Amino acid sequence: MAERRLRLLVAKPGLDGHDRGAKIVARSFRDAGFEVIYTGLRQTPEQIVSAAIQEDVDAVTLSILSGAHNTLFPRVIELLRQQGAGDIPVFGGGIIPEDDIPGLKAAGVKEIFTPGTSTEDINSWVKANIHPRA
Amino acid sequence: MTLAERIVRGELRAAARLMRDIDDGMPSAVAELKALYPRTGRAFIIGITGPPGAGKSTLTDKVIAAYRAAGKTVAVVAIDPTSPFTGGAILGDRIRMSRHATDPGVFIRSLATRGHLGGLSRSTADVVNVFDAMGWEVIIIETVGVGQDEIDIVRTAHTSLVVMVPGLGDDIQAIKAGILEIGDVFVVNKADRPDADRAVRDLEMMVEMKHPGAGEWWPPVLRTVAQKGDGVAELVGKIEEHRAYLHTSGRLQQFEQNKSALRFEELLRDQLFARVREKIEHGGDLAVTIRAIANREQDPYNAVEALLARHLSE
Repeated sequence: MAERRLRLLVAKPGLDGHDRGAKIVARSFRDAGFEVIYTGLRQTPEQIVSAAIQEDVDAVTLSILSGAHNTLFPRVIELLRQQGAGDIPVFGGGIIPEDDIPGLKAAGVKEIFTPGTSTEDINSWVKANIHPRA
Repeated sequence: MTLAERIVRGELRAAARLMRDIDDGMPSAVAELKALYPRTGRAFIIGITGPPGAGKSTLTDKVIAAYRAAGKTVAVVAIDPTSPFTGGAILGDRIRMSRHATDPGVFIRSLATRGHLGGLSRSTADVVNVFDAMGWEVIIIETVGVGQDEIDIVRTAHTSLVVMVPGLGDDIQAIKAGILEIGDVFVVNKADRPDADRAVRDLEMMVEMKHPGAGEWWPPVLRTVAQKGDGVAELVGKIEEHRAYLHTSGRLQQFEQNKSALRFEELLRDQLFARVREKIEHGGDLAVTIRAIANREQDPYNAVEALLARHLSE
C-alpha cells in the first residue's frame, strides 16, 4: 500500500494568456502516472510558492512565454527558499532564448525545455531527475 | 520534533507533508495521527458535492470568501479523479480558488481519488483530521464530480451541500435515490439559465415527498449564480442554520457516533485483511488455494472459512 506517487505543480506565472503548452505538459505528466496540480493562468510567484507548499509537491514546473523568465524563475526560487522550501526543485520551459539558459541554471533552475521538445523527452527527464522527497 | 508536534505549532509544511504520508499510505503517518486525534473534533466540516461541471469549485471559492469575511480560517480538501489507466491525475480545483492562494487564513489541498469510489479519496477523513487538529475553523470538502451513489461525504461532513444545475431534466428523477437523498442543503447553481425554476421545483417536490418530520431538518433548495456571487450570502446563512440545528437537536452527537463507528469498522476491516493476507501470502497458501478454486476442486466459501479458521484461531 505504501507507495510514493510523484506530485508536480504546473504553473503559468506572468501575464501571457496562452496555456496550451502548459496543458499539454500537464496531460503528458498525467499519462506518465504523475499527480499534477494545475493552477491556471496568470499566477503570481507568491501564489505559486504557496500552492507548492500546501500541495507538498516534488517539483515546480513553470511555463513562461512572455519573455519575463529571467525575473520569474529566480523570483519563485527565492520565495521558496524564504519560506523554507528551497528543497523543492524548479524546472520549466517556454519561449526562452538559448543565451538565457546558463544564467537561469546558475540561478537554480534545474532544467529548461524550449519549443520543439517532445513530451516524451520531458517525461524521461522528470523520471531521471525528480524523485518523491523522502 | 515529530510532524504532529510541528503541526500543533502551526507549521504548514509539516501538515502538508503528513497529508502526503497519509495519501501515500506511509506506516509512519499512523503514529502522527494517533498523536493528533485528541485535538480533533473542533472544526466545522462542510461537504460540497454534485455532478461534474455543476460549479462546485466556483461555489467553494465563494463560500471560502464568505467565511473569511466573517473572520474564520478555512481549509479546503478538493478531490479530483485519478486516471484508471495510468494512475496519474490532473488536479485543477485550485484554478477557481487561486485568489485565496496567498491568504494565510486559507489552506487548499488537492487530492486524487487513487481508485477509491464514493466521491472522496481513502485519505480524506485523515487529512481532515490533520486540519482539524491544527485548529482550522471551517473545513470544506469538495468531492469529485459524482453521479448517483457516491455518498461518502455524508458521514465525513457535518453539513452536505448537493449542487445541481438546470437542464439535467429527467436525470434529476433518475438520481433521486442517490446523492439527492443526502443533501442538507440543495443548491441549483447557474440559476440564471432557463429551466432553473423547474430544477428548483423538482428538488422541492423531492424534499416534500421525503417529508421530514416535526423537529427534523427540512432541506432548503436555494438558487445561486456562483460566478457572480448571487445567492451565496443566503447559502452561507442556511449552512449556519443547519450547523445550529445540529447542535440544538442533539444530531451532532449522533453524527459523531456514527462517524466513529464507521471509521472504527473500516480500520478494523483494513487491518484484519492486511494481517490475514500477509499470513497466507507468506505461507504460500494463497496461490494453491486460488488454483484449487479455479479448477473447481474447492469452492471459495469453504476455502475462506478454512483459511480463517487456521489463521484467526490464535
